[in-house]
Amino acid sequence: MSRLTAKFAALKKAQRTALIPFITAGDPDPEFTVPALHALVKAGADIIEVGVPFSDPMADGPVIQRASERALSHKMSLRRTLDLVKRFRQDDQDTPVVIMGYLNPIEAMGYEAFVDEAAKSGVDGVLTVDMPPEESSDLLSLFERAGIDPIFLLAPNSTEHRIRKMGELGRGYLYYVALKGVTGAGHLDLADVDRKVRQIRELTDLPLAVGFGVKNAETARAIGTLADGVVVGSALVSKIEAAAGHSAQALTEIADLIASMRGALDAPDSNAV
Amino acid sequence: MTTVQTATEPYNLPDERGHFGPYGGVFVAETLMEPIEELRLAYQRYMQDEEFVAELDRDLQHYVGRPSPIYHAERLSRHFGGAQIFLKREDLNHTGAHKVNNTIGQALLAKRMGKTRIIAETGAGQHGVATATVAARLGLECVVYMGEVDVARQAPNVLRMRLLGATVVPVTSGSKTLKDALNEAMRDWVTNVDNTFYIIGTVAGPHPYPAMVRDFQAVIGRESREQMMAQTGRLPDALVACVGGGSNAIGLFYPFIGDTAVKMVGVEAAGDGIETGRHSAPLSAGRPGVLHGNRTYLIEDDDGEIIETHSISAGLDYPGVGPEHAWLKDSGRAQYVSITDTEAMEGFHTLTRMEGIIPALESSHAVAYAMKLAPTLSKDQQILINLSGRGDKDINTIAVREGISL
Repeated sequence: MSRLTAKFAALKKAQRTALIPFITAGDPDPEFTVPALHALVKAGADIIEVGVPFSDPMADGPVIQRASERALSHKMSLRRTLDLVKRFRQDDQDTPVVIMGYLNPIEAMGYEAFVDEAAKSGVDGVLTVDMPPEESSDLLSLFERAGIDPIFLLAPNSTEHRIRKMGELGRGYLYYVALKGVTGAGHLDLADVDRKVRQIRELTDLPLAVGFGVKNAETARAIGTLADGVVVGSALVSKIEAAAGHSAQALTEIADLIASMRGALDAPDSNAV
Repeated sequence: MTTVQTATEPYNLPDERGHFGPYGGVFVAETLMEPIEELRLAYQRYMQDEEFVAELDRDLQHYVGRPSPIYHAERLSRHFGGAQIFLKREDLNHTGAHKVNNTIGQALLAKRMGKTRIIAETGAGQHGVATATVAARLGLECVVYMGEVDVARQAPNVLRMRLLGATVVPVTSGSKTLKDALNEAMRDWVTNVDNTFYIIGTVAGPHPYPAMVRDFQAVIGRESREQMMAQTGRLPDALVACVGGGSNAIGLFYPFIGDTAVKMVGVEAAGDGIETGRHSAPLSAGRPGVLHGNRTYLIEDDDGEIIETHSISAGLDYPGVGPEHAWLKDSGRAQYVSITDTEAMEGFHTLTRMEGIIPALESSHAVAYAMKLAPTLSKDQQILINLSGRGDKDINTIAVREGISL
C-alpha cells in the first residue's frame, strides 16, 4: 500500500480530513523549503504538495507565478526539487509528498531518469498539470513500476466519462479543482462544489481532495465537510511573499495558517467556526 | 527516416487525437479538455458544412480580397541570375498579412458555437489586429493579450487594435513577450470558458488548433498551385516561407505535400546568429518538449525551462513551432534553415528597392533565403516565396536599427 493510500485510510478511520498544503520548491530561496515542509507537518499537515517551478505556468494565477519566478531566479529546477524532497525525507519518513508541476521539465530530464530519481528521493505522488490521461501512458507504466502514485485533476466541467477514466488511472487521490480558473482565483460556490463532489463520489472510490480557492480556516472547514482532503496553496504562498525574505517570519505565518485550518477541520461541532 | 507520403499512402495527419508522429497532441489542464473537445467537434462539423464553407469563401473573396496575386519578380530574378522568383502576395490581404485568413475562419466558428467573447494573443500585433478586425465586424467583444515588451515596440498596432474596439492587455509576467501573452490568454480562457472563444494565431496550441489553423491558411497553397499552373504551366521547384509558429508556411506547404518534386523550405529567425544563443530557431537549434498544449521543438535550457528568444521580427520571436513542422522536419519532407537579423535586413532592402514592395520583417527572412537559393538554380527553375505580410508596421523598428529619426 502506498504511503498516500495508507494515509487516507488512516485518516478515514479516525474520521479526519486530510490537510494538504502546497508550496513552491525554492521559494523564496532554496534554503527555506526543507524547514518549511517540517513546519507545515508540525502545524498539522497530513500530506504535502511541493510545486516544481516552471518558466511558463499556464494554469497558475499571479501568486504562484511569482513564486515560480522567485524560485527560478535561484536556479531551482526539477532535479533540485527532488534533492529538497530527499533532504526532507531524511527526517520525515511518514508524511506523503506529492510533487506538482508541468510536463516539460520532466520531458527534459527524461521519463525514466525522472521516475527513478523521484522514487529514490521519497516522492509518493506526481501531479502533472498539463498531462491529461490521454497523453500519459508511457509515464503511467513507469510510475506503476516505481510505486509512485499519479494524481489527476478533475474540473467542474469534467464529463462523467472522464471522471471514470481518472478514477481508473489515478492512484492515491484525485484532486478536484473547485472552480473554473487559475490557482488562487475567485470565490468558491459551495453548493456547486457539493453537487460535483457528490457526482464524482458516485463514479469513483478514490479519495477526493479539493483545492483552488481555499483561502482561510473557514473555507477549509466548509470544504472539509465535503471532501477527504483540502488543498491550500496560494494563501500560503502569499504569506511567504509578504514576508519578503524574512524566513523566520514566513515560517511562523505559514505554520499559523495551517494550524488554524487544522483546528477548524478538527473542531467537533460544525457550528464552531 | 519516414516517408510522409507514398502513392498508396496519402498524407492524412494529424491522427484523431492531434498527433503528427510524436508531435502535437493535447497537453492542457483538465478544465480545458471539455472546451477543446467542443471546439474539435464544431470544427469537424462546420468544415463539412456547405453553408459555413460558402460563407467563409465569400468573406475571403469580398472582405479579405482573395485570391491574392502571384507576382513574377523579374527584376529581382535577373539580379541574382538564377531561378525565377515569384511572390505570393499575402501582404495585399485586408489588414496586411496572411493572419486574417485564419481569424475570419475561427470567428465564424465562434459565432456558430454561440460564443460572445473573443480572446487572442499577439506578438507583432498582426494577429491581434486581424482578430480585432473580425471581432469588430461580427460585433463580438475582443480582448488581446500582448507582452509588455511587444506593446512598447509595436505601438502602431496597439493603437489599431484599440481603434477597432479591442481591449489590449499588456502582459507583465515571464519574459513579457509572445509566449507569456499565450500563457495569459490560456489563463483567461480557463476562467471564462463558457462564453469565450480563443483564436490562436498560429499552428500551435492543443489539437485541433494546429490542424484547424492550417486548414484555414491552406487557401494560400491551393491558390498558389492553380496560379502557378495557369501562369507558368507547372508547379514551382521550391517553396520558401518564414517560420515563427509557422502558419503562413504550413498554409503554403500543405497543398503541396504530395508533390514530392516540390522542395519546401521553412526559414527560421537566427537573430544575432545561432551560435550566439540569441535566436528564435527551435527547429534549427532546439529539441522536443511540451509547451502551450503540444509536443514540438522548443528553445529551452537543460532543466526544461523555456529560454527567452530573440529576433528583429516580433512575429518570429517565439520559442516553439507548430508540431506539423516538427514532423515535416523529422520526416525529411521539408527542410528548415535560418536567417540572421542582418541577412533579413538585406532581404528587406533588396526587395523594397528592386521591386517596390516593402515586405514585413518576418517575410524578409524568406526573401533573404530565396536570395541565397536562387543563384544556385538555373534560369528555368522557379522559387515561390510566401510574402506573408507588408512592412509598414516595421518602419519604427527599422528606423531605430539604422539610426534614422522619424
